[in-house]
Parts: sequence; structure tokens; C-alpha cells
Amino acid sequence: MTLEPGTFLFEAWTARFALMNGLWVTMTSSFFSIVLATLAGLLMGVVLSYAWWPLRLLARAYVDFMRGMPVLVLILFTYYGLAMFRINVPPYWAGVIALAAFATAHVAENLRGAVQSVPAGQMEAAKAIGLNFPKRIWYVIVPQAVRRVLPPWVNTCLEIVKGTTLLSVIGVVELLLASQQVIARNYMVIDFYLMAAMIYIVVNFSIAQLGALLERRFSYIRY
Amino acid sequence: MSDQVLLQARGVRKSFGTVEVLKGIDLDVRQGQVVSLIGASGSGKTTFLRCVNLLEEHDGGDILLDGDPIGYRVADGRRKRLSETKVSAQRARIGMVFQSFNLFPHLTAEGNVMLGLTKVLGKGKAEARDIAGHWLDRVGLGARRGHYPYQLSGGQQQRVAIARAVAMQPRLLLFDEVTSALDPELVAEVLGVMQKLAEEGMTMLVVSHEMLFVREVSHHVVFMDQGRVAQAGSPAEIFDRPENERLKGFLGRFHAMFGQAV
Repeated sequence: MTLEPGTFLFEAWTARFALMNGLWVTMTSSFFSIVLATLAGLLMGVVLSYAWWPLRLLARAYVDFMRGMPVLVLILFTYYGLAMFRINVPPYWAGVIALAAFATAHVAENLRGAVQSVPAGQMEAAKAIGLNFPKRIWYVIVPQAVRRVLPPWVNTCLEIVKGTTLLSVIGVVELLLASQQVIARNYMVIDFYLMAAMIYIVVNFSIAQLGALLERRFSYIRY
Repeated sequence: MSDQVLLQARGVRKSFGTVEVLKGIDLDVRQGQVVSLIGASGSGKTTFLRCVNLLEEHDGGDILLDGDPIGYRVADGRRKRLSETKVSAQRARIGMVFQSFNLFPHLTAEGNVMLGLTKVLGKGKAEARDIAGHWLDRVGLGARRGHYPYQLSGGQQQRVAIARAVAMQPRLLLFDEVTSALDPELVAEVLGVMQKLAEEGMTMLVVSHEMLFVREVSHHVVFMDQGRVAQAGSPAEIFDRPENERLKGFLGRFHAMFGQAV
């Protein structure tokens, strides 16, 4: 354990490829999880809001199940569970699937709330011009709901990025595990954990800024 | 004005739970006519209007548009509820303007008018834009076509809403207390647009508390009271020779407010 700038810079430079690779794995796994969760979550949110009741019930059960489960358990379950059924998924993709499955529930639930908060008059106006049900949802309700769902969606994205640290337990060498491996060689515990923490903060801060930009971009959607 | 009956209501009934809101409404709207529904709050005017556009389903009686029953078809002597697609097609033939405008906030004025043209009538973007431009010009908002609803005043929003409804070339246009949510100085611009439409022969069914407008523009006035048509007739009959006691009371309150102008 040291906090010596010269030694740290030397060690960091030596480990630069391992760390960059870790950051890359963190960013790509976050990205794939976010994309999957957003698409699946939008779909499931519409199901939660409008679908035929048995489907709605199923989606409801899924959301409640996922919200009650620790993400770490879900990750272990996905990886070892799939292996038990002789489905060999690389740890990276098992992790992405688990994170996406978790975040899908959050996106879906947030979208349902957003859909409900769109004023009833919007649906009536859409009916009045003769739009059929799918068109009413797609062209009138969803755009307004998406605007409302943006702030919680950014939160979910941040949770996913932080959640990728848990993939280290199934052996995915993301930024945290990469840092640990470096520390195992040079024992500079504080230095490299601190650096990892800073990198996570910078990544998440950038995402939050991007979210704020999107919110401003859609700020014309108001009543 | 032709004599052809466009909208025909016979014995229309509607209940919300145990409360019967419409207790058998009979009403005809002829092509090119402006028919106004007046009456106190809770008399069933708005509910009737919403039944015509299938925003509410009536429980009994018939509403016929061009002779076709609204909301159901008769097969083997029994009523069958129309499919969602058929209901949407019927709604496309009837325009509606709401008290609270209900413009789509994520679309510009032009986008609001274009949505139905492209997604319901299947017109191309360019043609829809031309039609939208034409109608926005007609309601005096050609220069605001690129504005979003929040950038428009209440009166302007309501005029866009009227353009959105008229652009669909509906057989019938419904107005549900369209000036009630407006500041007094904005009411005239909206009534002006409605009057122009009426003069051009648009068939309109209007729920309104603007008695001067109702008297001036309507061909036929229906006074509703507690879910029934209490008296119906020409504006002169309703306003100058009211027979129904409740109508006299109702008009009395307006006379008290506005003097003998009404």
C-alpha cells in the first residue's frame, strides 16, 4: 500500500493494456446491457400497460421477481444455471444477459408509470382523429412517455455500469477485476482502487451529462 | 343546406354505474346544419357528444351516421360490437375538438394536423404538409406551423385543434365546450373560426355555454336537462319563446349575467 506518485505512474504505465482492456470490457458490457434492457424494457412496458391480462400478469410477475432479486444472485444464477443445462455461454455474455434481464424490469416499470402519467386527453384526441390502437400507442403515447422516462432511464444506465463490477465474480475481467489483478502484482491497493473508482465516476458522469443533454433536447414536450 | 339527415339519435341511453346520465335522447343533425346543445352542467350534453364519437359506449338506443349505426352492427337480429379497426374508421369520419385542446405536445402545429392525414388517411408526407398548411392558414396560424403547442396561446392551440379536426374532412364536427378553458379575450378568435366553418356549410354539433354564439350561428338548439331533451327548436324559439320551466330558469341566469343581449 503506497501513495507514491512516481511509483504509481510507473506501475500504471506498465499495466496500461490490462487496465484499458478492463475499461473496454466494462464499457462494452454496459453498452450491450443498456441496449438490450432498453429495447426489451420498452416492449415489456407497453405489455404492462396495455396487453391482454394474462400477458400483463406474466410481465408483472417478471418485474416483481427481478426487482426483488439481488443482481449478484442473478448473475451467478445465469452463469452457473445455464451451465447446469449444458448451455455454455461465455461469462461475458452470461453477465450481459443477467444485467439486461435485471434492468429490463426497471425500464418496463418506469415506462408503465410514464404511460400512465400521459394525460387521458391525449388518448382521446388520438382516438378522435381515427388512429387505431397500435398507432395511438406508437405515435402519440410512447413519444410522450419516453420523454418522461428519460430521467429514471439515465439512473438505470448508471446502475448497469456499476453493476458490471459484479461480473468479476464469474471471472469477467472488467475494470475492477483488472485492477485487482494489477494490485495482486504490486500491492498498491489504495492507488489502483482509487483510480478504478475515478474512472467509474468519470464514465457515469459522462452518461449523466448525455442524459441531461437528451432531456434538454426533448424539453419541448410539455403541456 | 340539404334536408338529408346526417346524424340521427333515437332513444340514446347511457349510465355510469347506477347513475343514468342519458335517459333517451332523440336528435337529428341535417347535413350542413349547426346544432347546439345547451344546458346546465351534468345535464348530459358532453356525454352525448362523447357517445357520438365512441369515446363512451351508449347502453341503449341508436346513433346513426349516414344511416350506419355507430359502434355496433346488427347480425342475426342481434347487436355485435364493432372491432377496434371499424370503430377507428367510424371515428375518422367524425371530427372532435375538446375543451382542453389536447394537442400532441411532441409534434409541431403542422405535425399535429399531419398525423391523421398520413397515418389514418394514408396520404404522403408532401400532400399532408400542403393540406396542413392550407388549414393552418385558414385558422390564421400559417406562420406558426413550426411551433410546438407550448409555444402557442390557448386560443392558438384551440385553432390548431380545429385545423387538425377539419383537415380530416369529417362528415360531422363535434365541439365540446371548446372555449370554456380559454381566457375571455381569446374566446372570440376561436368562435370566429367556428362561425366561418359554419358559414361554409360544415355540419357541426356544438356543446357550448357561449349563448350569443349559439343564438347567432345555430340552425337548431337543443336544451338538455337531467339526461333528457327538455326543449328543442330554432334559436328564436329557444331564446325568445322558452316554454320549459327549467329552460326559462337556465336562460334567466344568462340574462342576469349579460342583460337582454341573449
